Amino acid sequence: MLRLLPKEVESLWTLFTAPVVWAGHFLLCYVVAAIFCEKPDFLGFDFANLRVAIGILTLLSLSVIVVSALLAWRQWGFGAGDPPHDDPTRRDRLHFQGYATLLLSGLSFIAVIFTALPALFIDGCLR
Amino acid sequence: MATLFWVMTVGGLAIWAFVVGFSLYASRWKRAPVSEASAGKVILLAGVVFPVTVLTALLSYALWLMPSLRPFGGAEQAGLRIEVVGNQFWWRVVYHAADGSAVVSANEIRMPVGERVEFSLASADMIHSFWIPSLGGKMDLIPGRTNRLSLLATKAGTYRGQCAEFCGVSHASMAFPVVVMEPAAFDAWLDARRAPSPAAETGDPGQALFMREGCGNCHSVAGTPAAGTSGPDLSHVGSRLTIGAGLLRNDTDTLARFVAHATALKPGSQMPAYLGLPVEERAALAAWLKELQ
Repeated sequence: MLRLLPKEVESLWTLFTAPVVWAGHFLLCYVVAAIFCEKPDFLGFDFANLRVAIGILTLLSLSVIVVSALLAWRQWGFGAGDPPHDDPTRRDRLHFQGYATLLLSGLSFIAVIFTALPALFIDGCLR
Repeated sequence: MATLFWVMTVGGLAIWAFVVGFSLYASRWKRAPVSEASAGKVILLAGVVFPVTVLTALLSYALWLMPSLRPFGGAEQAGLRIEVVGNQFWWRVVYHAADGSAVVSANEIRMPVGERVEFSLASADMIHSFWIPSLGGKMDLIPGRTNRLSLLATKAGTYRGQCAEFCGVSHASMAFPVVVMEPAAFDAWLDARRAPSPAAETGDPGQALFMREGCGNCHSVAGTPAAGTSGPDLSHVGSRLTIGAGLLRNDTDTLARFVAHATALKPGSQMPAYLGLPVEERAALAAWLKELQ
């Protein structure tokens, strides 16, 4: 399992991966649905296909977030130490960042599901 | 709607009781500090798992309800569609029957009791709002958009509709009567309006005046060459309850006054004054308009 994870990188950017996926997923869902509903001829496919597309996009986004969470979990030392990681050491800095990333991944995971939920219940676009 | 209210009320009360009970427990009865591990567990359960579960359930419930809460029904539900176009300061009303035929009218809406009617709402100039308080909520008329609203009248009678978005000086005088009729009477009324009014084909002196003064450049009267569309359709104006969009009772006197000086009665109206027209000619014109039944 551990060998499957990519090499550890120490960068602040990993912190933003999950929220960026959430933002991208949110934008794509809403923009595509808005264009679909407002310009019927522009996207020439059925609403059911739009729902399937949102479903696939959601699964993809959730997978990326899960990977990000796994990496963060490793960075946090697999939960070895308890927060707050506030000592001025490299170890605590890594653990703090890993823990923060893990929490953000959890938030983004739920948010992506909430964003996609309407596609589960709304079965048509009324023009 | 009532179910939604009760679900939200009971749910809100339960959460309130839980929070208050928990804080009382923490502040009154359980004064000793808890271990960090069990505090973490409380945060995870009450701060993450519980809210996520409740919010997911509420969101799913709301989304599941959403299709039935729209202010309009499905296209297949309504047999009659009434197109309403807002203008400063009057309403163009076009009845589209299920068979595809259309009847043009203005400033008055008639609908059958007990039948769902779909309204398509548009605007020719600025934002207006279509509101019949007795029958339902308001819906804006927005230039470049067609909004939909479906109404079901359950009691016959005459109601008042009103523009509910400020649209200029005569916004308050941009009203319309709504007559809810028995379905058979409504069908008869609509059928009578498919043909020109008998008075339109009699060669009345009022009609000659109407054509001479160029009224037909702005107004339409079915059965005559008058085919203007920038003013309200007058094909059966005599049978309407009001003139000036709900402003005045419809009789020959008010019709003559409106022709003479529309902006005195309705500031901002686009209709020019005909004060130069002799009083007897105005009366003849008004008499003919009143006969357009």
